[in-house]
Amino acid sequence: MIKILENKCDFCGTCVSVCPVDCIELKESNISIDDDLCIDCKLCVYICPIEVLKDSD
Amino acid sequence: MIKNHYDVIVVGGGPAGSMAAIEISKAGYSVCIFEKDRDIGMPVRCGEAIGYSGLNQFFKPKESWIASKLNGVKLIGPNGIDVDVDFKTETGYILNRRVFDYDLSKIAVEHGSEVFTKSYVKNLLRDGDYVRGVVVDYLGEEKKIYSKIVIGADGIESRVGRWAGINTLVKMKDMESCMQYSVSNIDIKQSQMIMYVGSNHAPGGYLWIFPKGKGSANIGIGISGKYSKNKSAKKYLDEFVNKEFPNISILTTVCGGVVCAKPQKKPIANGVMLIGDAAHQTNPMTGGGIASGMKGGQIAGQVAAEALSNNDYSIAAFEKYPKKMFKSFGNNHNRFYRIKETINQLADDDLNYIATQVSRVPVNKRSLSNIFKHAVYKKPSLIIDVLKVFAGV
Repeated sequence: MIKILENKCDFCGTCVSVCPVDCIELKESNISIDDDLCIDCKLCVYICPIEVLKDSD
Repeated sequence: MIKNHYDVIVVGGGPAGSMAAIEISKAGYSVCIFEKDRDIGMPVRCGEAIGYSGLNQFFKPKESWIASKLNGVKLIGPNGIDVDVDFKTETGYILNRRVFDYDLSKIAVEHGSEVFTKSYVKNLLRDGDYVRGVVVDYLGEEKKIYSKIVIGADGIESRVGRWAGINTLVKMKDMESCMQYSVSNIDIKQSQMIMYVGSNHAPGGYLWIFPKGKGSANIGIGISGKYSKNKSAKKYLDEFVNKEFPNISILTTVCGGVVCAKPQKKPIANGVMLIGDAAHQTNPMTGGGIASGMKGGQIAGQVAAEALSNNDYSIAAFEKYPKKMFKSFGNNHNRFYRIKETINQLADDDLNYIATQVSRVPVNKRSLSNIFKHAVYKKPSLIIDVLKVFAGV
């Protein structure tokens, strides 16, 4: 499962643009992952410039 | 007051969106721009560099837009050997994008466009096979706003494109993971941009120092998603700053992604056009996307105006947009993409070799063609693509 350190997020959208299943929802200062859609590929974890997304496993 | 219907809805209030709106308003059609953030031009997720002709092809620059004027570049290789290249003439600018974006938006409004900030577009409205508007959260209220055309200028996330069924996914190797500090208390030449290359500085990308007026600079980094798994952009940048500039103050921190891919072939659907970052219109070699995004917006705006006059919003009617876009800059971006791929194959030793060779050339005889000459020695295939870029074929 991917977890988001929301208080550290800059809401830049980079994770959204590489997500192959479009499961990350981003508003002005809200970000969430739809765990039902997420396939745990971790691309968002790897691309985040400031390490806000973490793999909790 | 927001209306229920516009001829065109532009999603995103950056330079691409404003340029599209300007063209459509000029032609006499109604346009509204929805910007999700509270301010146009903020936050600035950008290194803010633009070429001289890139800007001047659209507007005579206002002094307030320009933080510094550039006439040279310093390239620094993996082992620290640096090469100064002086272009002799004014070749580019570092912009104040908060002022620039804001002014472009004002120009759109002066032409008759309406701009709404804090307006978060949640979905598209459809009528059969056609997109016919958006659902927007405006000041906490959900509204349905109808239009004949929706233009997606919504940046790398490109949600409009996804909803419209356009494949906007970016491959990891073509996504640059970026981070930038706007700093003060830094003593650098104002007319020169500095770029660090090599896998120690920025694997699959580069690290930049762009002057932003006396004592200020943007220090940023982009690394390819191919490498960011092992070490984040932030880690690379912090190591660099701590080592090279321990005494600076960081006034702004931004991060973001830069798409360094080929431009989308068909950034269109029935009732939809994508422009700027949303359509991957960034120069894949430099990561610069202000001028090309604006051009994409301008062309899409003109095609939209034509579609409105013909009352035809089909994908077939929009085909003119990518066609003109490729002719304008897209074909060159495809070549820059191949050049980028070739440069990325150069090992650190190759880059050091090139820097050493060029540093032996007297400063007044140095040029990009010198650097290129030595680069070609290492990767002969470069010559074909670079020649094509300059010949425009």
